[in-house]
Amino acid sequence: MAYLEVRGLRKSYRARGGVTPVLGGVDLTLDEGEFVAVVGYSGSGKTTLVSLIAGLVTPDAGEIRLDGAPVTEPGPERGIVFQQYSLLPWLSVRSNVALAVDAVNPTLPASARRRLTDELIALVNLTPAAWKRPRELSGGMRQRVAVARGLAMQPKLLLMDEPFSALDALTRATLQDELLRIWGERRTTVMLITNDVDEAILLADRIYPMTPGPNAVLGPAIEVGLPRPRPRRHMSLEPAYQKARQALVEFLRGRSRLASTAGHPREPRPRAPIQ
Amino acid sequence: MPIDTYQKVILPLLGAAGVLVVWAIVSATLAPDLPSPLRTWQESRRYILDPFFKDGEMNQGMGRLAFYSLVRVGKGFALALAIGTPIGFLLGLSRRFHQSFDPIVQFMRPISPLAWLPLGLVIFQKSEPAAIFTIALCAMWPTVINTAVGVRSISQDYLNVGRVLKLSRTTTLRRIVIPATLPYVFTGYRLSLGLAWLVIVASEMLTGTPGVGGFLWQEYNSLVYSHIILSVLTIGAIGFVLDRLMGLVEARVRIS
Repeated sequence: MAYLEVRGLRKSYRARGGVTPVLGGVDLTLDEGEFVAVVGYSGSGKTTLVSLIAGLVTPDAGEIRLDGAPVTEPGPERGIVFQQYSLLPWLSVRSNVALAVDAVNPTLPASARRRLTDELIALVNLTPAAWKRPRELSGGMRQRVAVARGLAMQPKLLLMDEPFSALDALTRATLQDELLRIWGERRTTVMLITNDVDEAILLADRIYPMTPGPNAVLGPAIEVGLPRPRPRRHMSLEPAYQKARQALVEFLRGRSRLASTAGHPREPRPRAPIQ
Repeated sequence: MPIDTYQKVILPLLGAAGVLVVWAIVSATLAPDLPSPLRTWQESRRYILDPFFKDGEMNQGMGRLAFYSLVRVGKGFALALAIGTPIGFLLGLSRRFHQSFDPIVQFMRPISPLAWLPLGLVIFQKSEPAAIFTIALCAMWPTVINTAVGVRSISQDYLNVGRVLKLSRTTTLRRIVIPATLPYVFTGYRLSLGLAWLVIVASEMLTGTPGVGGFLWQEYNSLVYSHIILSVLTIGAIGFVLDRLMGLVEARVRIS
């Protein structure tokens, strides 16, 4: 049995206009220490999937098991890096991270918790800004704090919900490289949600494409056959890279066309282009 | 001349001068009993230039009278915050509490201080606690309502952080709910202080206690109309300063 098992996950949202079926039976597995990405158009239900696995939202049907235990509520063993950072603005960088460290290690002596916090802040290269408030930081720095806080939860599974989508291209590339380095050091099991095909291929071992909603499901996982460490330069020339990219784009484009000719009961939401 | 001085000093002074002119014209033509600005100054200067003299219980410098009023307002305001803040948090946190007490809050909010004061006198038998009771009861509603709104408008993102970290109820309250609500709470405090100052005059007038409001009423009965104007201006000036001070506190909370 896989480390993370998701079976037949369904979720609909009730709104004034009626019922929107967001997820129509999602299946997904992750092995321990694996880095898996889920790629799909904006608005296809990726954030819903993360919220379900995090336990913040309860599914209509289906099952989620992490390390054998069924997921019924939120918990730090499924750490999250939220898309909109969700840092507490009245706390410094350090206190934001310390809040998680203290919550997860209540029995540890204060000095050890302080050291853990310092290590995490150093890991994301924020030691000089440790006493700043989130408002004083750039978007990239804020997201580093969020990553440090996610790791502070010492999660069995780290969920990352489009963590870099709000950043400019240069900052995004830097943070991707840093995430690769951190993951190389820690080997945390990661599930990354993204709408950027290249980001997924650069970072992940396996990639699940998600069909456009409503009733989104995941396509068969595509293995990324690139060796690690993965230097960004020349990577796009590798045959393995091009193969993975082609498979993903074909699946996503094909499904998109299918969905638009099948005719939705409602207007599909605008989609970010798949690069 | 810098444009800033013009906008912040010259224009307000021009406005004040305009009001003085209208006041002088009205007192010279329409209302002969209304003292002119000059007469008001002549009859009031002792109260301003020697603010702490004391000739009797009701004949004291403006500084002394204002101090009595401020102490009274301080007590009533403190009581309003002590009662209003927890009620506000309960209203925001508990749906049951909200359903039970929100109608009562909405019902009591518009009741005038003039209505509460006699009831306070009946309950406490003395004018001083009755005045404080009235101030507290009238001034607490902005605190109650702003705190409740603040709690209810905490971003779900912040609460989700607490849920993922499995923070206890007290830790969530201490680390997330209270800091997130603080700016709303202090806006409530500022409005409450303004109301408390409004109420002081009414309560002092009715109970005849020494203070700016009590002095105003006594001078009306003694037909010294210039002192009514003196009291009105003092009340306005102090209210203005109090609001600015609370505004500074509020701004500090908003930044942090």
